[in-house]
Amino acid sequence: MELIWQGTKQALLLLVHGDPEVLRITLLSLQVSGAATLLSLLAGIPLGTFLALARFPGRSIAVSLVNTGMGLPPVVVGLFVGIFLWRAGPLGFLELLYTPTAIVIAQFVIAAPIVTGLTVAAVQQLNPRLRVQLLGLGASRLQVVWLLLKEARLPLLAAMMAGFGGVISEIGASMMVGGNIYRQTRVLTTATVLETSRGNFDMAIALSLILLLLTFAINWTLTWIQQRGRTP
Amino acid sequence: MGLEGIKVIYSGSPILDIPSLDVQEGMTLAVIGPNGAGKSTLLRLLGLLERPTHGRVLFRGQPIPPRGNLLSLRRRMASVFQEPLLMDGTVEENVSLGLRFRHVHPTELSRRVREGMATLGITHLAKRRIRTLSGGEAQRVSLARALVLDPEVLLLDEPFAALDPPTREGLLADLKTILGKTRMTTIFVTHDRDEALALGDQVAVIIDGRILQVDVPERVFAGPVNEEVARFVGVETILPGHVRSVCDGLASIEVAGWTLDVAAPLTPGERVLICLRPEEITLYPTGVLPAPSSARNQLHGRVIRHLPTGPIFRVTIDCGVPIVAAVTRQSWEQLGLADGAEVAVSFKASAPHVIRRA
Repeated sequence: MELIWQGTKQALLLLVHGDPEVLRITLLSLQVSGAATLLSLLAGIPLGTFLALARFPGRSIAVSLVNTGMGLPPVVVGLFVGIFLWRAGPLGFLELLYTPTAIVIAQFVIAAPIVTGLTVAAVQQLNPRLRVQLLGLGASRLQVVWLLLKEARLPLLAAMMAGFGGVISEIGASMMVGGNIYRQTRVLTTATVLETSRGNFDMAIALSLILLLLTFAINWTLTWIQQRGRTP
Repeated sequence: MGLEGIKVIYSGSPILDIPSLDVQEGMTLAVIGPNGAGKSTLLRLLGLLERPTHGRVLFRGQPIPPRGNLLSLRRRMASVFQEPLLMDGTVEENVSLGLRFRHVHPTELSRRVREGMATLGITHLAKRRIRTLSGGEAQRVSLARALVLDPEVLLLDEPFAALDPPTREGLLADLKTILGKTRMTTIFVTHDRDEALALGDQVAVIIDGRILQVDVPERVFAGPVNEEVARFVGVETILPGHVRSVCDGLASIEVAGWTLDVAAPLTPGERVLICLRPEEITLYPTGVLPAPSSARNQLHGRVIRHLPTGPIFRVTIDCGVPIVAAVTRQSWEQLGLADGAEVAVSFKASAPHVIRRA
């Protein structure tokens, strides 16, 4: 208990004084996970909408694959993205391994199926006759898709929260493709592991607190936006 | 609008088979039929929301191309469904939806939305959120949303089916007035005979994917072409018989041991079905019959059951064949009727509609 109390006290001091290392790590975490979430939204929402609305052979297999992807272990993602980005790997020439971009790629692979899968569910929970009604009022296909997404915006915000929550908190992929390099690829989760292993519990607790606060603040904002839409 | 050689087949099962159908401009065609008859599929075909397996849909005499973008044609129509299917937002936003699809100028848009809401009596709801509306209000919004588009063809798929009777009657009356004023070509699908009678300039009866009769409502309801149509349009007594003789336009038809006189142009030997509506049959206590007349048929039987439906009782009498009569609650009591009671049944020779059997 004493350890936790001392650690928390030290952590608060570090936060209050605005430790530059803590700030750098926080900022990088936000940038990397924010970029990965944004990319996963850009890919996942159109793909999820397509899977929800289109009818083609193999559609249910595609949806099953996406749903399986929602539970991808970050370590496995880290391993395979790492293999692709190694110097000898197919994308080695890009020299991205152990860079923030590599973490973004790995986190994108983790978040994209989550966003896609939840988008499929969000669009499919809408009344199927709504699409026919919109066409019957003279909507173009694009207008139909836009309005259906607008109508499903509450579950889509949940998809966004789940995607961001999945990547901001993962450690395996960030460690494997980022390497936890000081001042380059150290993010909140990898730094917390490192500081704990070093016995710097105050720093580890400070980083954990920031991670918690950050996740809470972002999810609270999104929840607020989501729930505001529910009031009559 | 029209259909030519239409067949719709889902997973090998025929859903619609319509050799031809023509909806005249400015008219309201009421399509009636039981649930699962293919009414909604028919409406989706006409609304270009579904393509037929075989055949052609015609719009202003021109066949709709089997492939390609139908958006410009679809924008000349508007559909309203049983569920209001409104979007999250205000009434005003919903009413303007189709106009926004068509990129109508904002000034023109607000004028038309205002007019549309006034026509349907929902101006006071303009700023209300959709989820606070009652079923009737929501359906008014749905109708306003379609009518503001001033479509060349209005397609209505059972728009009153989910409403309670007073709301339904109010909306039905308003829609009748609106369609009367605008003379908009309308195809109105319903399983309710009263709605079809109220709105239709013409009625088409669809059963098992086939249109069995298209005519003005009076003729469809008074003169169904076959037994299926007769049953659907409310004929409850259908008696098989054969014509024994004909004299002065009055045919003598033998039905289950009775000889009935029916005013119909028939020839001896023909096999027929005699259709009688419950309201055309009068009941008397036995022994208190009116003076016999050549123009009035009389049968005797026993009440086998009665079903109170509001102020009217539907009484089934076994006269060797079942005959259904409608009597008021008051008459039921005055006549001292009860299940098992003996009763005389009477109807005019001119009352039945006769269907020739093959």
